[in-house]
Amino acid sequence: MTKILEVITPGLLTTIQDRGRHGYQAFGMPVAGAVDEFALRVANILVGNPEGAAALEMTLLGPKLKVLAPVKVALTGADLGARINGAEFPRWETVAVNPGDEISFTAAREGCRAYLAVAGGIDVPEVMGSRATYLRGKIGGIDGRALKAGDVLSAGSLQERNLPTGTRLAEGLIPKYSSAITLRVIPGPQDDHFTEAGLETFFQSEYTVTTEADRMGYRLQGPTIEHKEGADIISDGIPLGAVQVPGHGLPIVMLADRQTTGGYPKIATVCSVDLSLIGQAKPGDTVRFATIGREEALQLLQDRETALKKWKDSLPRATGRSWNFQISIAGQRFSTYVEEIR
Amino acid sequence: MYDQPRLLPAGDSALVVEFGNEIAPEVNARIRSFTQILEEQALAGIVELVPTYRSVLVHYDPLQIDPRELEEKIKELTGSLADIELAAPEVTMVPVCYGGEFGPDLDHVCQHTGLSAEEVIQLHTGTNYLIYMLGFTPGFSYLGGMDERLATPRLKTPRTHIPAGSVGIAGKQTGIYPIDSPGGWQLIGRTPLKLYDPYREPPVLLKAGNYVRFVPITKAEYEEIAASVAAGTYEVQQEPLTEEGTAQ
Repeated sequence: MTKILEVITPGLLTTIQDRGRHGYQAFGMPVAGAVDEFALRVANILVGNPEGAAALEMTLLGPKLKVLAPVKVALTGADLGARINGAEFPRWETVAVNPGDEISFTAAREGCRAYLAVAGGIDVPEVMGSRATYLRGKIGGIDGRALKAGDVLSAGSLQERNLPTGTRLAEGLIPKYSSAITLRVIPGPQDDHFTEAGLETFFQSEYTVTTEADRMGYRLQGPTIEHKEGADIISDGIPLGAVQVPGHGLPIVMLADRQTTGGYPKIATVCSVDLSLIGQAKPGDTVRFATIGREEALQLLQDRETALKKWKDSLPRATGRSWNFQISIAGQRFSTYVEEIR
Repeated sequence: MYDQPRLLPAGDSALVVEFGNEIAPEVNARIRSFTQILEEQALAGIVELVPTYRSVLVHYDPLQIDPRELEEKIKELTGSLADIELAAPEVTMVPVCYGGEFGPDLDHVCQHTGLSAEEVIQLHTGTNYLIYMLGFTPGFSYLGGMDERLATPRLKTPRTHIPAGSVGIAGKQTGIYPIDSPGGWQLIGRTPLKLYDPYREPPVLLKAGNYVRFVPITKAEYEEIAASVAAGTYEVQQEPLTEEGTAQ
């Protein structure tokens, strides 16, 4: 267990997240985990971890971190203006950092949540099989809370392979986060609780992300959606990406920290490949909904997973042998880093 | 209760299997049967099942199981649910110290219902409550079967802090707060049991489909049980359900 990062300032909301706490929803325990799971998975792949290793999820205003030991890291997700010692920190790429290096963030430029993975994963105890921080339940991560100044993070021993620095996600797989998104949704399970007019409003209108948008869910502002009779159903389970519409007629998109059950009708559910889009939306961004069939949604998911696997299988491996050379050319000194790959 | 369950897509990774449109013990029994046989199948790609009042949400991994295949399998399994023999549900005994500092609203419940404190305690402890589902917060159980004579509206102004273990009444419902939280239920007592402990396996004491029976205890017994719960030596009392004393 090596100490690798010290938190100088924590940023707006920086938490330790993995792929979530599955298997306990029947007891009322929310799943939690990374809001943008795709970005988390890619960050882990780039540092040679299992895809579900614990990493940092940073929100809008990133933290300032001091590096305590040499380690490979990868930053994915939102562009929050990341810097290493003041120089640009490339996203979607394997990067080596060294003791004394400072990772900082200027301002959000695209998207809402960035993920920083470290080789070996962030080492915190598992609670119910997961390291994910669930803030309302005060479990996972560090004492179930967001990071604060002075926290010291250690790397675990989950690294499966050593990827050379500069390894980069295939360009075609790097997402663009727009401030005007269209979410493809599968109608149901309670689309029959809305009038024809209500469904038309939902699919034809533009909604705006309000400031009440967090890991639990995103409340949207816009035209109200008409229910057939009453807005209450007998409480049932809430899937990830469910769009529930309470009595006020405005949609709420349910995300990672959502409660396991609820009593509002769910007009539609966001398809898996579009979950990253809503997770990367910020207050003020606009959202439209478009209908998609389940078959088509699954085809999109399969296509993305096939492409991700193809890229993953094509990656070179570093042998672990590397050298630092100081070169002098015409009186100017250059530091170079050479890594053996196979 | 429907003749055949409705299968409703909940996105591309979850499926609602709905058995009825009412809160009723028969629907709950059907859900319990279905949950049991689906778990027994141990199908690859099923992530987890969330049983609720009238449906089960099946979370699955579509990269491992085709939802159309899953639907076929579910239709096949639900054809014969009525014939499934289920083991008798367990009744979990929940000791409760009523009134005093643990039940600050007991007097109010007496005033509202016109019952004496003894009568309230007798009615509250005199039945087995069906655990319809868990949800809302980790370990919160939705119980059915409270005697309607105990019904009391929620507090007009909710409390900002209610200690874990508090037992309350809200309208026609009764329940136990599993964690410290704000809330508006009329508090009539408290249990020294830990309904929810994230560091224990299983983390939650109660399970949907089983029953709860409240057992009155004194303040001294409360302290004693609380100490053995804290020491990890307390054994929760459970027994199989018998017909007697079961709420309908």
